Amino acid sequence: MSSTAIQVNSKRGIWGGGNEPLKASYGKLMMWFFLLSDIFTFGAFLITYGAIRMSYPAYEGSAADFSSSNEYWPIPEMIYDAIPFVHGGHFPLVFVGLMTFILIMSSVTMVLAVEAGHRNDKNDVVKWLLWTLLGGITFLSCQAWEWAHFIHGTDDGTLMTYVNSFNNIVTETVYGANLIVNEYGPPAFAQLFFFITGFHGFHVTIGVVLLFLAFYQAAVGVYQQRGHYEMVEKIGLYWHFVDLVWVFVFTFFYLI
Amino acid sequence: MAVANVSSHDVEHHEHEHHDNFITKYIFSTDHKMIGKQFLVTGIFWALIGGFLSIVFRLQLGFPDMNLEFLRPIFGGWIDNTGKLDPNFYLALVTMHGTIMVFFVLTAGLSGTFSNFLIPLQIGARDMASGFMNMLSYWFFFLSSVVMFCSLFLEKGPAGGGWVVYPPLSALEQAIPGSGLGMTLWLVAMTFFIVSSLLGGINYITTVINLRTKGMSFARLPLTIWAFFLTAIIGLLSFPVLFSAALLLVFDRSFGTSFYLSDIYIGGEALPNTGGSAVLYQHLFWFLGHPEVYIVLLPALGITSEIIATNSRKPIFGYKAMIISMLGITILSFVVWAHHMFVSGMNPFLGSIFMFLTLIIAVPSAVKVFNYLTTLWRGNLRFTPGMLFSIGLVSVFISGGLTGIFLGNSAIDIQLHDTYFVVAHFHLVMGSASFFGLVAGVYHWFPKMFGRMMDEKLGHIHFWLTFVGIYMVFFPMHYIGIAGFPRRYYTWTEFAFSDMYTDLNMFVSAAAIITFAAQMILVFNFFYSMFFGRKASLNPWRSNTLEWTTPLHPQHGNWPGEIPSVYRWPYDYSKPGSKEDFIPQTIPLSATPESNLPHEEKLVNLEKEIIAEEGQILVANETKEES
Repeated sequence: MSSTAIQVNSKRGIWGGGNEPLKASYGKLMMWFFLLSDIFTFGAFLITYGAIRMSYPAYEGSAADFSSSNEYWPIPEMIYDAIPFVHGGHFPLVFVGLMTFILIMSSVTMVLAVEAGHRNDKNDVVKWLLWTLLGGITFLSCQAWEWAHFIHGTDDGTLMTYVNSFNNIVTETVYGANLIVNEYGPPAFAQLFFFITGFHGFHVTIGVVLLFLAFYQAAVGVYQQRGHYEMVEKIGLYWHFVDLVWVFVFTFFYLI
Repeated sequence: MAVANVSSHDVEHHEHEHHDNFITKYIFSTDHKMIGKQFLVTGIFWALIGGFLSIVFRLQLGFPDMNLEFLRPIFGGWIDNTGKLDPNFYLALVTMHGTIMVFFVLTAGLSGTFSNFLIPLQIGARDMASGFMNMLSYWFFFLSSVVMFCSLFLEKGPAGGGWVVYPPLSALEQAIPGSGLGMTLWLVAMTFFIVSSLLGGINYITTVINLRTKGMSFARLPLTIWAFFLTAIIGLLSFPVLFSAALLLVFDRSFGTSFYLSDIYIGGEALPNTGGSAVLYQHLFWFLGHPEVYIVLLPALGITSEIIATNSRKPIFGYKAMIISMLGITILSFVVWAHHMFVSGMNPFLGSIFMFLTLIIAVPSAVKVFNYLTTLWRGNLRFTPGMLFSIGLVSVFISGGLTGIFLGNSAIDIQLHDTYFVVAHFHLVMGSASFFGLVAGVYHWFPKMFGRMMDEKLGHIHFWLTFVGIYMVFFPMHYIGIAGFPRRYYTWTEFAFSDMYTDLNMFVSAAAIITFAAQMILVFNFFYSMFFGRKASLNPWRSNTLEWTTPLHPQHGNWPGEIPSVYRWPYDYSKPGSKEDFIPQTIPLSATPESNLPHEEKLVNLEKEIIAEEGQILVANETKEES
């Protein structure tokens, strides 16, 4: 669809019809409204997290003596303290901090891609989209490792009493996490972790697919032919949103 | 002079005619008019099913000893050997009646039909912002319909936990048969439904913001468009929360989590679930559930505003007050959800806050009612079927709204909660009112949809049977409810206290059957008139809005030439001084010096300047395009 600059009347006023009052094309508006509704989806999940977490007592005592139990909510930094290649170390929140940094950096490169699009600089768009894409994939890979570690658990595990999936009350050492029981804390701790970070990861995955499409189309010159890089901008909006949601997820799960 | 990016897409449209084949015209159409009709026909289909289901459980309630053997060809094993309805199937019937009517008829059938059909026509646009997404919206709805329809035929029956599907009942397969596969399909269907409503809603909002024709400012929008616009915003913000709630429920049902489950014993045996909260689900559900009331009601109110003004031959009374009250309803609809949960174990103090907020909604609602009445007051009324149903809407909205004031008070609600009083209340204020709006819209815009008129006599008969019928069905339910009859019970004959109202229940059931049968008149009238109705004139109701400036059978793109500009608000009916009793929005103020009001006279110069300037722009743009 070719787009030509056509003069429109100024006397009617900006909301007088026959123009785009928010100075945004319909596609961009649609993306904004979609994101607005997605805020409510994530909002509902985070409220669920808050409600369930508040129904459990917090761990009382000093963080250094912390040990896991399904009686109280764990201290996040005592749980998420592993990094790849180092067995049994204690590096609180180092790995997830790195993940977060990578994701935020990918947002920066996304901004650069959009900016290059405004300049109609095809090579720069392709370059920055590739970096963004790499950032997204790296984040997802990190999350895969994080999940894998969370599922496998520590060497020692935790001795717990719980009702297993055969409806029997058992007392045994639990290793790692699944949707029924986990060695870190109450079952809801792992359930919420899997559900919410999973749902966010799903959003990132969609973002990576979109980024790949944009990268491909930019590289073969579809947007150059079209005369504008608006698609990159729209995907950029989505990507920043996913980033922003992660900031909240990160805060809820890892910091407080 | 401002410079904006205006795509030349608009211009291309009428230069080459589309040659649609059957599939692109009637099935995978991107034309908003056809999509609107698709929603309407699917909505009628669902309304018939939903209505029929209600008749079946009304038979059980009104005539508990009746032999239902004659239903065996349809329901098979659900009618047992003694000719009785299976109690579990009764629950499924109630659930599916609610789900179908709320979502498939009054959300998709009402908002889907008229938002699609009227938004582009009334704001002066060639189509929705994205015709493709609009098509997807219908087909997701269709997919959702197919899944929900299939669930009706499952061996264990469709979902049976009530249309609100509260866990733990809906989360545990072993709880009732209706929590089995039927419940899973219910959740799948609702997920598709939410996707559909999201795609549609984003489109409606964007179209209203970006695609209004020249001169169509927000202050000149017909109230229908305001209503659809705000409805879409409510849907955009509340449906995702239902999506979240449903997704969490899916995990509880199928993947062993316990977001909503805690400390449950079934058959004396403990379930492993700990830590969840069933009240959490109720909060999430009603965060959609309450705005949903306004999602079904606002479009009906918008349609009514338009029809009442047109057929009273008077400007709508309090145009701005109407908009402000709709805005008020939109905002308030998000902060009152917990009035559905007064007996759910909520802190009574929180209940008082929600009670306070709930009662505030009475203010904008009353403003709207008074504005309808004052518009009708001393109007030059024309009782078309659409007008009758609009007045009927005002009537049921008042009688249902008054009981809302009772139920909004937590102290009274604790007594009346989950009784037939509640059923009577919401069937009048939300169910019947929205249904009346839907039917009024069908009668009023049928000429634009199909180029033919619906039969007026049949319309009148249909209205009186429906109007009287609705009151006969729902008015007695107030008494039944005050007497303490609970909702969703299969039978009351087991209890001594309930014997004295058996006759009233019989009366309600008989009235329901008559009312349902009367709807066949509408169905006949609709499909008969589609093919054999009297040919409509271009503007049969002598209305001001833009849709009546299109040809009788508008093609994809709506206007054959340029889109008309708009110079005035849509309610210039019976303006003093004017020869005709209506002045369409497309007529400039400068063309009607005899009827202009003093403040409009001042605007005439500005209007002339705009017209002159636009002429220049047109010339400039044409030379630009030629070069």
